[in-house]
Amino acid sequence: MSEEIDQSKRHFLTVATVVVGSVGVVMAAVPFVSSMEPSARAKSLGGPVDIDVSKIESGGLVKAKWRLKPVWVVQRAPAVLAGLPKNDSFLRDPGSDQTQQPPYCKNAWRSIKPELLVIVPICTHLGCIPLYRPEPGDPNISASWPGGFFCPCHGSKYDLAARVFQNVPAPLNLPVPVHRYLSDKVLRIGENPVGSHSSWTSPEVW
Amino acid sequence: MSQDAKKRDYLDVTGGWLHTLRGWIDARFPMSKLWNEQVAQYYAPKNFNFWYFFGSIALLILVNQIVTGIFLAMNYQPSATEAFASVQYIMRDVNWGWLIRYMHSVGASLFFVVVYLHMLRGVIYGSYKKPRELLWIFGMLIYVALMGEAFMGYLLPWGQMSYWGAQVITSLFGAVPGIGNGLEQWIRGDYAVSGITLNRFFALHVVALPLVLVGLVLFHLIALHEVGSNNPDGVEIKKHKGPDGIPLDGIPFHPYYTIKDIVGVTVFLAIFAAIIFFSPGLHGLFLEPANFEPANPLKTPVDIRPLWYFGPFYAILRSIPNKLLGISSMGLAIVILFLLPWIDRNPVKSIRYRGPLYRVLVFVFAITFIILGYIGLQPATPFWAQIGQRMEELYFLFFVVSWIYTRPRSWVFLALAFLAVMAVITAFDWLGWDAAIAHLKIYSWLIPGIYSMIFLLLPAFFSKLVEPLPVPERVTWK
Repeated sequence: MSEEIDQSKRHFLTVATVVVGSVGVVMAAVPFVSSMEPSARAKSLGGPVDIDVSKIESGGLVKAKWRLKPVWVVQRAPAVLAGLPKNDSFLRDPGSDQTQQPPYCKNAWRSIKPELLVIVPICTHLGCIPLYRPEPGDPNISASWPGGFFCPCHGSKYDLAARVFQNVPAPLNLPVPVHRYLSDKVLRIGENPVGSHSSWTSPEVW
Repeated sequence: MSQDAKKRDYLDVTGGWLHTLRGWIDARFPMSKLWNEQVAQYYAPKNFNFWYFFGSIALLILVNQIVTGIFLAMNYQPSATEAFASVQYIMRDVNWGWLIRYMHSVGASLFFVVVYLHMLRGVIYGSYKKPRELLWIFGMLIYVALMGEAFMGYLLPWGQMSYWGAQVITSLFGAVPGIGNGLEQWIRGDYAVSGITLNRFFALHVVALPLVLVGLVLFHLIALHEVGSNNPDGVEIKKHKGPDGIPLDGIPFHPYYTIKDIVGVTVFLAIFAAIIFFSPGLHGLFLEPANFEPANPLKTPVDIRPLWYFGPFYAILRSIPNKLLGISSMGLAIVILFLLPWIDRNPVKSIRYRGPLYRVLVFVFAITFIILGYIGLQPATPFWAQIGQRMEELYFLFFVVSWIYTRPRSWVFLALAFLAVMAVITAFDWLGWDAAIAHLKIYSWLIPGIYSMIFLLLPAFFSKLVEPLPVPERVTWK
């Protein structure tokens, strides 16, 4: 046996130990990091929710809860639908080009049935719940207010198709959740329409 | 001096069996060595003024928070169904529970008061400059950890403001491009802030972050005792040592500053007790009225506002009508404080010898921070958003001007800097033009305008205003 130290062997062993040790640390971190994701229970509590939409009067709003988030269904009058295009020039995203809604809701009224708007009313700025303010010219907002949703936290404004106005903090339209109609009366939140073949699951900003 | 030396080594004079015990321990653990190195023979400048109380008071509050926190955790239930009621249980049914909880909640607010004053002291006397850059960075890390600790602790009472504050702040992570959505869910552990979030925030608030905080405080103190304390004159006392190797302007921390700090601690405790007993909520500033209503995920409070100590950063966040930009500027407002040692590189440390204009600059910076804090607590009206934007500009201009004041500048440089600053501000106004508040935008343009005129144009004509005064060799008495 030689008394001399084999420096290159020692260097190799040091590097090998560090590499293997680091891989071990990363692998050991996986269960801990992953344990912080939504659990199986949290996920199953986020299953679909059914809403009876047959009794909503014109201008009325029905609230439900899905995945700990509020879902609002608004029954819009024909006059309201006809007035929506007038807002276009004041909106950030009038054509709903941002994927804040499933593809089957990318239209002028952002819904499957024109009169029924289905949204998750969580402000895309910082997650507050906006107020439903359908009356045009609401004195608490402004004389030119066309009716829509107003966020009291930081003043973001959305029209009655839940599209965001310009010059407010919120960057995007209010999200439309995945939904389908089981019948004329029953709306199911959390499932795509049969045959839509959409892989779309959630908007950019919840 | 020999009298002093005797006092310093007071453990010696106890004699008898205690002396023997000390020898027994010292042979096995460096007890006397640690005591002497860190306390009894740690020489601090003899000219400390009241600004130097806040470090030891902050340490006292940390102990207060840990002790009261342990006793609160004995009765608190970290679950969505139990949390709110268990806080009421502590307040009403647990013996002295109200006192322990108020000591914890008032302590949290006073922690920030004291830490802000401690940081301002660092700015006033240039305590972040070489060789104390790392000391400053450890301090900033403590501040950031403290903000995390306070934010998570505020969710625990599970009131409306707890819930919606957490909802707003966790949603900030959703703005990260690409991974935002997943990151947000990972932090919350659910699709929205829920009992799962409460439970993990409790774990982080009572175990993880306190460990981090205590560790960082140790690092902060080790760094401080390595380089030695700065002082109101900003001169290094280690430059002039006596034949015994002890700085001529240094006095041992114990007993001189331990005794002095008792005075500061007494005054602090009087204020602390007065708030706890007479106004623990301090008119909604320390405990918000909306938080006396249990958390409700389906109902947003009319006005979400953070606790006062986050006010300045919250004002910066929401004064910019663009989510990602707002979050970035809030982050930058904190990150830029870390960089202060490399922004202001003027060799003169103390405000006493940096000329009259620098005094005004630091004073205006402190006022700017307070006004931002006030705006952060106001409702989100276009008026306050606009004024907030102007104050944010002043906040960042402080760092620009500090960098410019690093060395003497020619009048051409200062005039060009003035033009550049005003061009950038005008460009921002143009990009974020809003016809609805046109008048306000134009008039408030004068705020950064006058600021830049005072701090950039004035010294271009009167260079005496920023010329450093002669710095004394030794510390002075004022």
